[in-house]
Amino acid sequence: MQSAICQSAAGMSFFSAQGFVGLIFLVTIGLIIAGAFVATTSTRLVRCISGLAVCFTGVAGAYYFLLAPFVAMMQMLIYVGAVSILIAFAIMMATPEEGDTPGKKITRFSGPLGFAVSAMAFAALSLLAATTDWQVFAREGSGDMHHIGMVLLTSHSMVFELVSIVLLVAIMGALVIARRGRD
Amino acid sequence: MDTNIWRPILYLIGFMAFAGINAAYLGWCERKGAGRIQRRTGPMEVGFQGLLQPLADGLKLMSKQLLVPDGVDSILFRVAPILAMIPALTSMAVIPFAGNVQARAVELSVLLIFALASIGMMAVLLGGWASGNKYSLISAARSVSQNLAYEIPMLVTVITIVMLTGSMNLEEIAAAQQGGFWNWNIFPVASHSLAQAIIMPVSFIIFFICSVAETNRAPFDMAEAESELIAGHMTEYGSMGFGLFMMGEYLNMVVGACLITILFLGGWDGPLGLSGGIWWFLVKIYLLLFTVIWVRWTYPRTQIYKLLNLSWKILIPFSLVNLLLTAAFIKVF
Repeated sequence: MQSAICQSAAGMSFFSAQGFVGLIFLVTIGLIIAGAFVATTSTRLVRCISGLAVCFTGVAGAYYFLLAPFVAMMQMLIYVGAVSILIAFAIMMATPEEGDTPGKKITRFSGPLGFAVSAMAFAALSLLAATTDWQVFAREGSGDMHHIGMVLLTSHSMVFELVSIVLLVAIMGALVIARRGRD
Repeated sequence: MDTNIWRPILYLIGFMAFAGINAAYLGWCERKGAGRIQRRTGPMEVGFQGLLQPLADGLKLMSKQLLVPDGVDSILFRVAPILAMIPALTSMAVIPFAGNVQARAVELSVLLIFALASIGMMAVLLGGWASGNKYSLISAARSVSQNLAYEIPMLVTVITIVMLTGSMNLEEIAAAQQGGFWNWNIFPVASHSLAQAIIMPVSFIIFFICSVAETNRAPFDMAEAESELIAGHMTEYGSMGFGLFMMGEYLNMVVGACLITILFLGGWDGPLGLSGGIWWFLVKIYLLLFTVIWVRWTYPRTQIYKLLNLSWKILIPFSLVNLLLTAAFIKVF
């Protein structure tokens, strides 16, 4: 019965499974762009953080489309669930009054100069993207947890060690900051 | 690749209906339970034993106007209640209720549920901040520090189960515990070594405490705390804004109970080798939910400092030792 529905729907491109997947892909891309737009243009910091979280969610979706579900879920767990929330927490604790931010001098050159700089950056990046001879790598392993674990502990163990050092430094730093002024 | 898109969609419609009915009647159970524990009768007026009370409450909530007070962040204020519902509803999609009763089989379903649960925190945070109310802001800050603290022992405890089963797939984890309660992960005497069986109940207790704390239930409901913070992040919400927060809370409780059932209590497996099925799953989750309600009306609310100390000074060291011992026992026996 259900397969019959799918069979009849396969004729119409949009309502087929492929069309649905395409729609979800567009939503993912839309989330990244819209989130980034909100994060950079909003004047309220908490809205910026919400935009950033939306953008991270979109990036997780992009990872999923790249057949890396583990990385996608880690993106959600770490970037959306921990990093954004910690930033929001820090802002809430230390936010200045809403309104104009001091220390910014806007002259009449600011607009054109900013536009020129971003246009140059955009042109350079697009030129690079268009002229580079992109190589499509063959898929290595299945990208699931077993494979990632094996690779992390054998051929890429350097990454693993470096991550542990970074974490150790972070913990030491947090301890130093937290202990300051207690004794 | 499985291209059948109708199955998850139909399941999600079912879950939405379930979310409403579940919130309504868990609410009724909660009020009845509270009543019995405090030597009252609970709701009695509408219908037999107040059974139609949730219907009346629902109609009242739905017919009220959605007020957006002055001085709130109007967009985030509206987004927050929706955000409270989405993660709970989505994570239902990967829960295997019985052998083949699952909306979508996902290989990393344990990870997916925790990834979604971490978004749920965002709802309290944004709701509390957007309300533009000092009580709500304090509630948001408390809730974030509490959720971050309890997420760590919870994840560490889940790793013990994942190591024991060798899989992050909820269906495989449940399937590995079939055949009577002596195979369940809470006390796996038959399927694993005795040493393993002695430390697994510790995992279970840590996980249960953490899941009660993660769903913001008493005695850990520091975010709501009506006696000190009025109702915390929900202070400014009325009608269905509040309704969505409440439905999200009850649905989160159900997801937590489902997780405990699958990870520790054998999923849909019948005790004593009775034939398993979705009915056992439902019996187990509602027994767990009853326990949560029972705990809520038995113990008074703790203080935020004691709450954080419990996590950072007791649960996290215990769960780390637990993880080490589990790894050692897997290696040795």
